[in-house]
Amino acid sequence: MIKDITIGQFFPGKSMVHRLDPRVKLILTMTFIITIFLCKNFFALGIMLFSLILIIISSKISIKLILRGIKPLLFIIVFTAFLNIFFMSTGEVLLEYKFIVVTTGGVFTAIFMAIRIISLIIASSLLTYTTSPTMITDGIERLLSPLKFMKNGVHTVAMMMTIALRFIPTLIEEFDKITNAQKARGANLETGSLVQRAKALIPIFVPLFITSFRRAYELAFAMECRCYQGGEGRTRMKQMKTGLIDIYGLAFMAVILGAVIFLNYSYTHVI
Amino acid sequence: MSIIKTQNLTYLYSTGTPFEIAAIKDVNIEIEQGELVGIIGHTGSGKSTLIQHLNGLLKPTYGKVYIDGQDIWEDKDTIKSVRFKVGLCFQYPEYQLFEETVYKDIAFGPKNMGLDYSEIHRRVHDAASHVGLSEAHLSKSPFDLSGGEKRRAAIAGVMAMQPKVLILDEPTSGLDPKGRDTILNMIKNYRDSTKSTVLIVSHSMEDIAKLATKVLVLNESSVAMYGTVDEIFSKSEEIIQMGLDVPPITRVFMGLAKHGVNVSGQIYTLEQGKVELSKLFAGKCTQGVEGT
Ligand SMILES: Nc1ncnc2c1ncn2[C@@H]1O[C@H](COP(=O)(O)OP(=O)(O)OP(=O)(O)O)[C@@H](O)[C@H]1O
Ligand SMILES: [Mg+2]
Repeated sequence: MIKDITIGQFFPGKSMVHRLDPRVKLILTMTFIITIFLCKNFFALGIMLFSLILIIISSKISIKLILRGIKPLLFIIVFTAFLNIFFMSTGEVLLEYKFIVVTTGGVFTAIFMAIRIISLIIASSLLTYTTSPTMITDGIERLLSPLKFMKNGVHTVAMMMTIALRFIPTLIEEFDKITNAQKARGANLETGSLVQRAKALIPIFVPLFITSFRRAYELAFAMECRCYQGGEGRTRMKQMKTGLIDIYGLAFMAVILGAVIFLNYSYTHVI
Repeated sequence: MSIIKTQNLTYLYSTGTPFEIAAIKDVNIEIEQGELVGIIGHTGSGKSTLIQHLNGLLKPTYGKVYIDGQDIWEDKDTIKSVRFKVGLCFQYPEYQLFEETVYKDIAFGPKNMGLDYSEIHRRVHDAASHVGLSEAHLSKSPFDLSGGEKRRAAIAGVMAMQPKVLILDEPTSGLDPKGRDTILNMIKNYRDSTKSTVLIVSHSMEDIAKLATKVLVLNESSVAMYGTVDEIFSKSEEIIQMGLDVPPITRVFMGLAKHGVNVSGQIYTLEQGKVELSKLFAGKCTQGVEGT
């Protein structure tokens, strides 16, 4: 159950996508996501889907993993698509039953939306699959560094994000461990009414919170012992460098963006 | 009929990801009623994974687990009863305490079994006396106990279910020698008085040698040996080759034997050591006396 959540997981590797500078990768991902929303017709979206497939191949992440990332969100995708079928009433009528009208426009929009959401999920999970959490937050911090005038704000927020991300797997592991320990004492988590199930979580969340607070204290002590005093004047162990590969990445994105804009204007009627 | 039996038990973690790993491979064991089994093996050899199969917390990727002759995954109801038949106490169990009082926490298991109030009351007191917690302890908050007391309270929480098999994962880790001895004695007394089967995972060969009747050695996800304490520690060389330790006293005697001293290299408790040494010195001393 909880193990199915693959978003946010990192799979180390040496592919081109892995080697991109995190800052560039962040910008590329954001541009990619915006471009998905710019698409106005199937040709443009097709270009996006095609380039997404290219990116997946070059990242060497197995397609199985990518599909697993979509699985937990499948319901939302299908639901959204379904709504679109019934609420769009352009194009030819395909089916009519009482007040329900299904039109070609509706079906096209539904498919369009589904592809859009799926590409969105894949694009953002590719970022986390190929970039370690610390690199992501470091990248964000660097990108936001023009906002330094806001005193320590940027660094503090970035540090909080780093720590939070760092502790997600730890918390999941802890959650699993405590759940197992209580299950071993016969705790019933799977059946019963909603209230009963909520109550059944008490034996898990009380120890989880206590452990988390203890961890937070320990971490704070450890950081203070190493003279952590906030961001001012700190240097980094890993310097970020942009290289040729990043230029290729940016060029690739520019081509996609150009193509999408061109296709949007060339075929204004399709969808 | 053996109380625990596994057949070709195999478990893979993270199936379908690049991190797939077999934590246990093709494990076939049979454990008899009333045995006190010590489970040893170096870090990552699959001890914790194995014991989580015995009360159905993990479902085997391949293979079968039989408790009391019954396949535990046969149907849903079996699994529930297995949790109560096989009590499992995890490593650092003190982090599972959650109730307002120690009494309530120990009562959590029996309550889940659906026992009536007086039976729960009896079992809580029984378990508390097994682990040496007094009436005063029972009304305290578990978070106000010392580390060792917390550990004992948590173990009592499993004992209170009166399982046929009690499994403890490194019950003494992180405790001082005195706390360690207390817990080990407590487990021994528990077994003697309840006649139940007990499995202990431990990294201390000394404890195992002192306590266990049988030893199960895991190496690289598979069972390397299973036998009586004598059988296992007579193969000290092999155990050392697996990167495991033998009791310190065994190493002393193996060293002595290697240097030509006339002692057996297969000594694994202090008691045996004493006997062996007095045998050796008995000869020498009488010679010495005769000489003067
Ligand atoms: N939740 C998990 N996900 C993935 N792999 C795991 C998980 N738990 C254990 N493993 C792996 O399975 C193998 C066996 O682990 P296990 O915890 O059973 O070892 P162990 O013998 O109990 O070790 P230790 O003496 O350190 O407690 C190890 O290689 C470990 O890395
Ligand atoms: Mg373990």
